[in-house]
Amino acid sequence: MNDPKVLLVDDEKDFVCTLAERLELRDIKVDVAFNGTEAIEKIEKHQPQLVVLDLLMPGMPGLDVLRWIEKRHPDTEVIVLTGHGEQECKDEALRLGADCCLLKPISIEKLIDKMMKALTSSKPKNQ
Amino acid sequence: MKLKESVVKGLVKLGNLLKVPEAGISPMRYEVLLRNIRILMLIITIIPLLLMATINYHQYQSRLKQEIVDPMKVLVNKTKHSFELFLAGRLSTVNFIASAYTYEELADEENLQRIFRVLRAEFEGFVDIGLIDPSGRQVSYAGPYELQGKNYAEQPWFEQVKVRGVYISDVFKGFRQFPHLVIAVQHFAGSGGRWWIVRVTIDTGKFDELIAAMGLRPDEDAFLINHEGILQTGSKFCGAVLDRCAVSVPPQSYEPNVLENTFLTGRDTIVTYAYFTRANLILMVVKPKAEVLKAWYTLKSEIVFVFGLGVIIIVAVVFRLTGTMVNRLKESDQKRELAMRQMQHSHKLSSIGRLAAGVAHEINNPLAVINEKVGLVKDLLEYRSDRPDMKDVLLRHLSVIVQAIDRCSAITHRLLGFARRMDVAIESLDVNEVIEEVLSFVEKDAAYRNVRLERHLAEDLSRITSDRGQLQQVFLNLFNNSLAAVEDGGWISIATANGGSDTIKISVQDNGCGMSEETMRHIFEPFFTTKKGEGTGLGLSITHGIVSRLGGEIQVKSAVGEGTRFTVHLPKIPPEIGEENRS
Repeated sequence: MNDPKVLLVDDEKDFVCTLAERLELRDIKVDVAFNGTEAIEKIEKHQPQLVVLDLLMPGMPGLDVLRWIEKRHPDTEVIVLTGHGEQECKDEALRLGADCCLLKPISIEKLIDKMMKALTSSKPKNQ
Repeated sequence: MKLKESVVKGLVKLGNLLKVPEAGISPMRYEVLLRNIRILMLIITIIPLLLMATINYHQYQSRLKQEIVDPMKVLVNKTKHSFELFLAGRLSTVNFIASAYTYEELADEENLQRIFRVLRAEFEGFVDIGLIDPSGRQVSYAGPYELQGKNYAEQPWFEQVKVRGVYISDVFKGFRQFPHLVIAVQHFAGSGGRWWIVRVTIDTGKFDELIAAMGLRPDEDAFLINHEGILQTGSKFCGAVLDRCAVSVPPQSYEPNVLENTFLTGRDTIVTYAYFTRANLILMVVKPKAEVLKAWYTLKSEIVFVFGLGVIIIVAVVFRLTGTMVNRLKESDQKRELAMRQMQHSHKLSSIGRLAAGVAHEINNPLAVINEKVGLVKDLLEYRSDRPDMKDVLLRHLSVIVQAIDRCSAITHRLLGFARRMDVAIESLDVNEVIEEVLSFVEKDAAYRNVRLERHLAEDLSRITSDRGQLQQVFLNLFNNSLAAVEDGGWISIATANGGSDTIKISVQDNGCGMSEETMRHIFEPFFTTKKGEGTGLGLSITHGIVSRLGGEIQVKSAVGEGTRFTVHLPKIPPEIGEENRS
C-alpha cells in the first residue's frame, strides 16, 4: 500500500506535531504546516492527496486555504478539523468541497478512519 | 429700567423652575423636582385667583358703595327740597302780605294783629310779624313781644334787604331765647319809590319735624349748618343749636355729595350733604360707616373667605397631586432602572453566550493538545516501550499536557471573572487592567481576522473608583462594536489617558466602515441597530446608560469609510459617592 501523502494544517503547534507523530507511529506519512500560507506553499510543493485543515488560524484563514485548494488542486481531499463548532463555518467548508468536518478533540482511530475514507473516495478522481 | 431688569430676572428664575434635574445626578432630584413643581403650580394657580379676588373686591366695593350711597343722596336731596319748600312757602306768604296790603293797612296795629292771627291759623311756624319803614323803625308789630318802635337801621340784615329785596337770616336765639330765623321782604308801592319792609320771625321747630320725618336710626344723625359751620338745628353727635359743628364745612356742591372717612365721636362715619340754593344752609346726614357698609363688609369677608378657601384647596390639591405624581415618577424611574438593570444583565448574559463560542474554541484547542499528547503517550508505551529515553520523552509530553490544562483553567477563570460581576460593586481599580482583561476575550477573534489591536495605555493612569463589572461590559461592547465595524486586516486602537484633575479618558478607535450623521444621532437609542438581523440594538444604549450612571460621558466621532472613535470620560470618583463624602 502506497503511503498517501497527508498534510496537517493547524496553528496549534503542540497539537499538530503530536498528531503527526502519532500518525507516523501508525505508518501514515504526514507533513505539517502551521498557517495558511505555509500550507499553500507545501501543497504547491508536495501536492498531498489529503489535507487536514483547521479553520481558524491567524493570517490566512482555513476557508481561504480551502477555496485555493478547490481552485488550484481540485483533486486534493480536504478534511476540516477545527475547535470551533460554528455551524455556518462547517456548512461553508462542506459547500466549498471539504469531505467532512470534524471537531477537536477527536480520537485518532476516528480521524484515521475518516482519512482513509477520504483517500479511497479520491481514487476514482485520479483515474 | 429697573422694573424691566427685575421682570427679566423673575422670568429667568421661573424658567429655572422648569428645568428638571438629570436622572442619576443626585438623589435629591425628586425633592428638587417636587419643590419646583409645587412652587410653579402654586404660582400659576394662586396668582390668577388673587387677581380675580382683587378685581372682584374693587368692583364689588365700588358697586356696593354706589348702591349704598345713592339712596342716602336721594334722601338728603328730598329732605333739602322739603326744607326749601317750607322756606319758599313762608317767603311767598310774606311777599303776599307785603304786596296785598297798603302801608297804612299794615301800619294799623289792629289790622296787623288780624293778619297775624290768620297767618298763624293757616301757616305753621310764624312767631311774629312787623312792618318797618325805610328809616328802620318798626312801625307796627303783632306777636308775643313788645317790639313796637324798635329801630333796626343799624342791623346788617336791614342793609341786605335794602340791597337784595329779600333776606333770610341764619338761625339765632336773639332775645326771644329760642332758635328762630327771620324773613324780611322789601316792597315798593307803585312808581313813587315809597317802600317798606315786612319782617316775620319763624320758629325753626318745624326744621326738627322735617328731620324727624327722614326716619333716621338712633345711631344716625341729620342737621343743618350755615356756611360758617354753625349748627342751625340740634344734632345728636355734633353739638347743640348755634354751636360750632364738629364736622367741618364740606366743599360747596348743590348736588347731594358724600364725605367718606369722617371721624366723628370715636367712629368712622359717612356724611352726605347738600347746599341749599337760596338760604345760607347746608343739610348734613351722618351715618356710621360700619352700619352703612355692613353689606359690603359681609361681602368682603365672604370674598376673603372664598379666596382663603380656594388657596387652601389649591395648596392641598397641589401638594397631594404633585406628591403622588413625583412618587409615581420615582417608582417608574425605579422600575425603569430595574428593567434597565435586567436588560443589562440579560445583555451581559448574551455577550457571555457569544463569548462562550469563542471560549469553546479556545478551550478545544488545549483539550485537543491534551488529547493528542495522552494518545501519544499511550502510543509510545504501546509501540516504543523499548525506547531507552522513554522517561524523558514521557515527562516532556506530560509537561505540555500540564501547560494545556493551565491554558484551559486560565480561560475558564477569565470567563467566570466576567460572568460573576452582575451586581454593582464600587471599588478602586486600574482601568488599564480592566481593558486588558476584556481584550483577552476578543484578542483571539481579532487575531483570526488579522485585526491589529493597538494599545496606547497610559502607564501613569490614575486609579479610579468605579464598578469593574459594568466597565467590563462597557469596554466589551465598544470592542465588539469596533470588531464588527472593521474589515479583516483592519486595526483597533485603544488608548487611555488622564483627562484633567478628576477624570480619565478612554478612547476606542477603528478604521472600520464608520457611520453617517443620521446613524450617529440615534446610536445611543435602545433598539437602534445597523447590524441587520444580528444586533439587538441594546449594546450602545446600555453602554451609554452605564457610563452615565457611573457619572461619566461617552462621545462618538465618525466618518463614513474612515472609521469611528468612541471616547469615554470617567470621573475618578463617581458623583454620588463624591456627594456623600462632601456632606
